Amino acid sequence: MKILLFGITRDITGKAELELSEKTASALRNVKDLREFIIGEYPELKSLSSMAIAVNNEYATGETGIGQEDEIALIPPVSGG
Amino acid sequence: MKQNRYIRQTSLKDFGPERQEMLQKARVLVIGAGGLGIPVLQYLSAMGVGVLGVVEQDVVELSNLQRQVLYGEKDVAKPKIEVVLKKLREMNSEILFHGHDTFLTPSNALEIVSDYDLVVDASDNFATRYLINDACVILGIPFVSGAIHGFEGQVSVFNYQDGPTYRCLFPTPPEPGSIKDCNANGVLGVIPGIIGSLQAMEVVKVLTEMPGILKGKLLIYHGIDQSLRQITFPAIPANKTRKALESIYETPDCARVPTVGVERLKKELTENPEGIMLLDVRTAEEYREDGLEEATHIPLEDLEKYGEKLPLQKTVYCICRSGSRSLTAARNLLDARGNLRVYSVEGGMEAWQKHFGIFGEAGSV
Repeated sequence: MKILLFGITRDITGKAELELSEKTASALRNVKDLREFIIGEYPELKSLSSMAIAVNNEYATGETGIGQEDEIALIPPVSGG
Repeated sequence: MKQNRYIRQTSLKDFGPERQEMLQKARVLVIGAGGLGIPVLQYLSAMGVGVLGVVEQDVVELSNLQRQVLYGEKDVAKPKIEVVLKKLREMNSEILFHGHDTFLTPSNALEIVSDYDLVVDASDNFATRYLINDACVILGIPFVSGAIHGFEGQVSVFNYQDGPTYRCLFPTPPEPGSIKDCNANGVLGVIPGIIGSLQAMEVVKVLTEMPGILKGKLLIYHGIDQSLRQITFPAIPANKTRKALESIYETPDCARVPTVGVERLKKELTENPEGIMLLDVRTAEEYREDGLEEATHIPLEDLEKYGEKLPLQKTVYCICRSGSRSLTAARNLLDARGNLRVYSVEGGMEAWQKHFGIFGEAGSV
C-alpha cells in the first residue's frame, strides 16, 4: 500500500511517500485504522485533526475500506499565501 | 474598450468576444495582495475583468520580494494597497479598482464581500480562510481558493453552485500551532506564482461559464515532483446552510499585525508627526523611566477602555519594551477596529535605544 504525503505531513516524516508492507497493510481495514497506524508511527501527526485522507484520489471517511492495492494520500490544509 | 487590446483571447474559438464581455461585466474581490494575490490581480486586470477589489492592510517587507514580484525595493515599508493599485492602474486604465485598506474581519467581511460576484482567497492564514468561506456561504458567492506550503500548493473552487465548501474538505481550523501559519512557513518564491496563476484560470472559467471548473475537486501541485493531482470530494449539505459568521476566528499574531522597524518610526516621527500616533503600552513606571516625548501613554490593560477614542485618520504605532506587548496591543486594536491602521514597533524601546540612544539621538546626551 502506497501512502502519498503532502503539506506538513511531508515535513514531519521527511518523506514524499510511504510504502506499507503487505503484512502491515492487511491489518488495516479502513481509513480510521490507517490514521491510527500512521499516528503510531509518527506521533506528531496526531495534532492534525483537520487532515483529509483520500483513497485513490477520492475523499475518504473513517469508514472507507482500504486494501493492498489502494493509493492513499494524506492531505492537511495549508495556509500560506 | 480599445478594439485590439484583447484580440489574442477574443480570437480564440472557445473564448470569443462574448466571454470577453462576461469578464468585463464581472466584479471580483481578491483578498490578500501577497504571493498569490499578485499574479491573480495582474492576470485579471490584464485580461479585462471589469471591477477588481483588493483587501490588504500589510506593508511591503524586504522578505516579501522573493515571491511578491510586483513590489520592488523602493516599495519596502509602503502600504501594499497603495503600491498595488498604482501599478495595476498603470497596467490597465479600463479596470475599475476598489481598494479596501483593511484586514478582513468578522465585522466587515459580509459588507465587503456582498459587493462582488466572485471572491479569490489569496490570504495567508487559516482564520481568514474560514472567515472567507463562511461569508461566501452566507452570501451565496463562489470563491476560488489557493494556498501554498513549501514547494506545493492547493487550488479549488468552493461554494460554486451546488458544490462543496472549504468546510466540506477541512471541517474545522487546525489546532493552533499544529500547522504553522502565514509567514512562519517557508515557501519557494515561484510556487505562489504557479498557484496564483492556476487560481486566475479558475476565476476566468467561473466568470465566463466555461467547463471543467474545479468544483468538488482539490488540485494539489508539487514543484519537486512536478505533479498535479486532483482529489474529488463531496458537498456536505449542512455546510451550505450557514446563516451567521462565528463570533471569533482565531487569528495568529503574524498574519494580522504588521510590524515596522525603529528606523521607519523615526522617519515618520520626523517627517509626518501629525499623521501618526505613537502609543506606549508599557506600565506607568516604565514609561516614566524612558518614554519618548512624542509618545502617548496608555498601558496595555487600559487599551480596551481607550481604544475606541483613537483617531482613525492617524496611523498608530504601538511600542513596548521588546516588541511583544505591542503586538498584543496592536492585535487587540485591530480586533476591535479593523479599519484602524496599526503597527507594532519591532524590538520596542530596546531597539530604539540601541539605534538612537536613550534621548532619541545617539550621542546627543
